[in-house]
Amino acid sequence: MPVVLDADRMARSLARIAHEILERNSGPGSIAELALVGIRTRGVPLARRIAKSLLDISHHEVPTGALDITLYRDDLSSHAVGPQPLVRKTEIPFSIDGKLILLVDDVLYTGRTIRAALDALIDFGRPKAIQLVVLVDRGHRELPIKADYVGKNIPTASTQNVQVHLMEIDGRDEVEVLP
Amino acid sequence: MKKDLLGISDLTADDIYRVLETAEAMREVGQRPIKKVPTLRGKTVVNLFYEPSTRTRTSFEIAEKRLSADTLNVAVSASSVLKGETLVDTAMNIEAMAPDMIVLRHSSSGACHLLSRICRSRIINAGDGMHEHPTQALLDAFTIREHKKEIAGLKIAIVGDLLHSRVLRSNALLLTKLGANLWVCGPPTLVPPGIECLGAHVTTSVDEAVRDADVIMMLRIQQERMQGAFFPSLREYFNVFGMTKERVKRAKPDVIIMHPGPMNRGVEIASDVADGPYSVILEQVANGVAVRMAVLYLLAGGVEDETAA
Amino acid sequence: MKRLLKGGRLVDPASGRDGIFDVLIDRDRIERVGRDLPVESDVTVVEMPSGVIVCPGLIDMHVHLREPGQEHKETVATGTAAAVAGGFTAVACMPNTNPVNDNAGVTEYMLKKAAEANLARVYPIGAVSRGQKGEQLADIAELKAAGCVAITDDGKPVATALLMRRALEYTSMFNMPVIEHCEDQTLKGDGVAHEGYQASSLGLRGIPSEAESIMALRDISLSSLTGGAVHIAHMSARQTLDAVRFGKARGARVTCEVTPHHFVLTDEMLGSPMAYDTNTKMNPPLREAADRDAMLQGLADGSIDVIATDHAPHAADEKQVEFDQAPFGITGLETAVSLCFDRLVHRGVVTLPRLVELLSVNPARILNIPGGSLSEGAPADITLLAPDLAVTVDVALMKSKSKNTPFNGWPLRGGVAATIVGGRLVYANADATLDWVNW
Repeated sequence: MPVVLDADRMARSLARIAHEILERNSGPGSIAELALVGIRTRGVPLARRIAKSLLDISHHEVPTGALDITLYRDDLSSHAVGPQPLVRKTEIPFSIDGKLILLVDDVLYTGRTIRAALDALIDFGRPKAIQLVVLVDRGHRELPIKADYVGKNIPTASTQNVQVHLMEIDGRDEVEVLP
Repeated sequence: MKKDLLGISDLTADDIYRVLETAEAMREVGQRPIKKVPTLRGKTVVNLFYEPSTRTRTSFEIAEKRLSADTLNVAVSASSVLKGETLVDTAMNIEAMAPDMIVLRHSSSGACHLLSRICRSRIINAGDGMHEHPTQALLDAFTIREHKKEIAGLKIAIVGDLLHSRVLRSNALLLTKLGANLWVCGPPTLVPPGIECLGAHVTTSVDEAVRDADVIMMLRIQQERMQGAFFPSLREYFNVFGMTKERVKRAKPDVIIMHPGPMNRGVEIASDVADGPYSVILEQVANGVAVRMAVLYLLAGGVEDETAA
Repeated sequence: MKRLLKGGRLVDPASGRDGIFDVLIDRDRIERVGRDLPVESDVTVVEMPSGVIVCPGLIDMHVHLREPGQEHKETVATGTAAAVAGGFTAVACMPNTNPVNDNAGVTEYMLKKAAEANLARVYPIGAVSRGQKGEQLADIAELKAAGCVAITDDGKPVATALLMRRALEYTSMFNMPVIEHCEDQTLKGDGVAHEGYQASSLGLRGIPSEAESIMALRDISLSSLTGGAVHIAHMSARQTLDAVRFGKARGARVTCEVTPHHFVLTDEMLGSPMAYDTNTKMNPPLREAADRDAMLQGLADGSIDVIATDHAPHAADEKQVEFDQAPFGITGLETAVSLCFDRLVHRGVVTLPRLVELLSVNPARILNIPGGSLSEGAPADITLLAPDLAVTVDVALMKSKSKNTPFNGWPLRGGVAATIVGGRLVYANADATLDWVNW
């Protein structure tokens, strides 16, 4: 059965993550340092949902931005035949200096996307710290990267394909693992 | 997109939109405190300019550096040409050092086509003779869309030395491809035969061209390209074809005035128009960097041993 | 040494023959032509395979052999080898060499080289003006005595109307035509392509058709004025053809020629398949479809007198430059016959006898040289043609030193089987099935 996370479970995972974030960053003034940066494409709506949860729980509006890491990828020129991947705009409308950045992505796999995101963020300023939030961790890390908040751990074979569908983009909330 | 960017004639409307969308993202890079991304790190780009140019060359150079490429500027002076080294020999010598891209500006139409047949590097046309200047047309389109959202349906007037202008040819191809209502205007001696086949309305009346126009683009009088009797004097040219405040009034109230630069003030354009509220000339320059970054990025991909188109 | 070409289809319009005839050759002359000639003991019989055409040797009256002075492009030896491979038994060569052929010394040098090569006959054309500078007439009587058959300043027009008038008047004494490269140089300017949509969209400076037709009108008027004979070289524009018709209708002594590339190609080739291919750059340039079609019409209706190639070899590195820097010209000797068959005969534009008039009878008549007919006593200059031979143009196999042709790779139907000059077999096509062992 390919569906490993349905809409209901996804909502509960994201709610739990929001609580974990607040727990771990509970010192005085800590919440004011938080900022969410979603990695395009699906990290962005996830970041916004987490921001909403944080607002509902703590009544504090956490600034949210969107990061496009295409220009930082390490595999651009060795691409197979075909056009370059489409680059979208990065929109981080706040300073990241001194902030605790919660980097949000849908799937954590080899870790290379996160490495690229870290490179990009460092170019934007000097955050106090960066923590990683992912909806799904599917294993097979190629770099020493670890998620701080995980929606669900889903061990997979590298031949399998993890597909995340989100209401904002795909019209439904669902995570599938396909052969 | 193909291996090279030789002209708008090789691009589909989709290709053009792709460049413009990518340029949006690239522009944001120029607004950061650290204006650099590692995308072309380790790539070598040679700017081979046979014609003097400050604007285009620095624009390409900044674009290349913002993408972390290694840039090499080769300004071919008159003396190298006098020593008799052919374009082909110069290019083969450069190729021997394995650059990834060559940005070529040359006074002969088709020079970049010649290079694209013999070089493995990607060739970007930064202006070939009277033929095309594709990155200029792309940055012009980007600028227009900034102000007008869509190009389709706009009345766009291009006025000036149409015959010798590569900016005209590239813009005419691009704007008609994207559905603009294009009007071109110049003295009869400077209208290229067959231009109406590109889909443009041709007129020798500036007033007709700019009436209700959304965009007015002025072309320079190419003094260095002209040999022989195209019009009596610069003064007469300005009186009949120059863009003055009075003429601008005939256009739409939200018209934008464009010019690829450098301007001949008082010849094709009055200073108060060039510096006036409708002018977007300096924006064009700023957008040039983002558009060129987009072109460099989009051409950088692909298989190593791809056979040339 | 007698040879009998037996059973071939003889196409010899000058003698009114088109049919199966035998041709008996005695050493370097035609001894007899007739049906089913008796075979004597000392005669070698060469059977003509079915389909082969026997015709008077083809004559290309517009060829640049480049010697003296530009031997890196072509020499008399390589040029005449290319000529016979193209089916031509004779060529008339242009004087824009270095030094210019404006004196007996250069003419004699060319003839000496031709004799050494001993392939196609070479008829030099002398210059109209000294150094082709357009100022003073060259020593035309001396040129004629040395062996020139016409005069021209080809490469350029005769510079002024006055000089052209004098040239026409003076040469009429020698019964030689003035061959004119029609071009008003102020209208041409630094143009490199036909002025029209193609040149505009490629950003190339244009040469209007009127640059050619204006000069043709000038020269035809002067021919009427003086009674001298003018031959319009490499016609490309329909307006020029109109001028020629106008002149002929009024009885002017005007003749004209067209190159194969001008009745096959148009300026569309400048953009595709290969943009800015310098093998599409020549002067006069490739023009529009209407001009190309007008040339075809002129060939069909008799207004055009001659097909000549304007064979203009250039070395590869000279052509591998920017389009506006490249020298004008393409080769033509080894592609002409196949293009004529494929685009004219097989498409019904001209008949075979008419083709022979265009390539042999008329050039011989205009230049007043032997040839153009296989009558008894004529020199044994014979071209054997294979009208259905499948040919793929291949520069690697060409005898010319230069390979600047846009036709490389073209599949064409029709070619040369063999070329005979003065009774000697100087070229035999390995692909055409003819048994030459007995020659």
